[in-house]
Amino acid sequence: MATKTQVVDANARFTNLSKDEILRYSRHLIMPEVGMDGQLKLKNAKVLLIGTGGLGAPLGLYLAAAGVGRLGLVDFDVVDSTNLQRQVTFGAQDVGTPKTLAAKNRLSSLNSDIEIQTYETKLESSNALELFKDYDFIVDGTDNFPTRYLVNDACILLGKQNVYGSIFRFEGQVTVFGAPDGPCYRCLYPEPPPPGLVPSCAEGGVLGVLPGIVGSIQAMETIKLIIGRGDSLAGRLLLFDALGMKFRELKLRKNPDCPVCGKNPTITKLIDYYEFCGVRGEEAPASNVLVPEITPRELKARLDRGDDLFILDVREPHEYQICNLNGHLIPLGELPRRVHELDSSKEIVAHCRSGKRSADAVDFLRKAGFRKILNLKGGILAWSDEVDPSVPKY
Amino acid sequence: MPVKVIIPTPLRVFAAKKDSAEFPAQTVGEALGKLTIEFGDLRKHLFTEEGKLRSFVNVYLNDEDIRYLGKEDTPTKDGDVVSIVPSIAGGRI
Repeated sequence: MATKTQVVDANARFTNLSKDEILRYSRHLIMPEVGMDGQLKLKNAKVLLIGTGGLGAPLGLYLAAAGVGRLGLVDFDVVDSTNLQRQVTFGAQDVGTPKTLAAKNRLSSLNSDIEIQTYETKLESSNALELFKDYDFIVDGTDNFPTRYLVNDACILLGKQNVYGSIFRFEGQVTVFGAPDGPCYRCLYPEPPPPGLVPSCAEGGVLGVLPGIVGSIQAMETIKLIIGRGDSLAGRLLLFDALGMKFRELKLRKNPDCPVCGKNPTITKLIDYYEFCGVRGEEAPASNVLVPEITPRELKARLDRGDDLFILDVREPHEYQICNLNGHLIPLGELPRRVHELDSSKEIVAHCRSGKRSADAVDFLRKAGFRKILNLKGGILAWSDEVDPSVPKY
Repeated sequence: MPVKVIIPTPLRVFAAKKDSAEFPAQTVGEALGKLTIEFGDLRKHLFTEEGKLRSFVNVYLNDEDIRYLGKEDTPTKDGDVVSIVPSIAGGRI
């Protein structure tokens, strides 16, 4: 005999739904796959979102909408205008506000019945285990390798599942790590790429709606885990190609020799993940090569003096359209084929957006025999900061 | 139909922006070898100097990780799809 409310678990914090909640979640309740039972599981669930950016936006919105009883938000960043292209929990009025606070405001207005706990802090080895232990599921919406490994290891050490999503330009990956007998992140990728070997997002960019799609899939997987329905992505890597609009699936196996989740784990506590990833400090250095440089101010002074300098721009054509210094455009990838367009007897200043690609160009040209070649330190961004603020930054 | 190798987004810049390439090949290793001959810049991103596959790059034959098959010696047949799946973190490096 059905009663108005059902006890989910004798130890559950919440054992019934209010009339308002029953009305709000009616579209869940009328589905046998959810029902009162499932909705109470959602109400009793505690989910920690690592990152409240591109992936965190749809995650926070849909998990709050679904009635997850306790949401934790971890992010140390502040909203800036370049976030608004994809981080749809924020509005223009939030620029300058800590992301956790802005997200909490938005999510509370969507659903004031749930508890939202904010942690305006960087996730580190020193705080991860303590932060994670009171939550049932962890959702990884971060944007760098050291944190990915940290989240993974902390989840495995605590026995918690990690709903993982990652993106790059117009591709995404989603899976669930840490399921019982399931693989973890290190089973898939035992080691991170050394910095500089994978293009950074400063040059990569991302289609704003892509994290919206991938984060929504993560939200769906989290809800399925909470209510115990459907087939989770544990053991499967979902690959999404937005431009081709194709989903593919690859099998993920648990590595029996995995150092953290295998039969004989060698990693039994959290490590220094920045050291592991070869990155000291928050960001990788601007360039991995040491080349002769010129600062924007020095360049301006020399141009004003009438020096005969050849400006080589190694960015892409679409970047040239945003802003340029009237340089001769040879995208970095085409430089080897088009090096004959350059006169090695002239003094050349190479630039790009931030100084990294142009450093690689200068390194390449020096090895090709060019002697009079300099890298514009900090790129066109630094030119905008130090010489000509009318040049737009991007 | 030869073997199709799918090139993931982060590596397309080194492969003349192509998203896939096809080669006749008897093994996964042969297909990858032909790929790096056609696109020389890809070589250092896929292989170490000693010629081993880099550990942050996974290779799948159809939907199976080659580490659990025969690694680079895994035999391929016409119509097979070799996927290169590098780790991506999204956002920052």
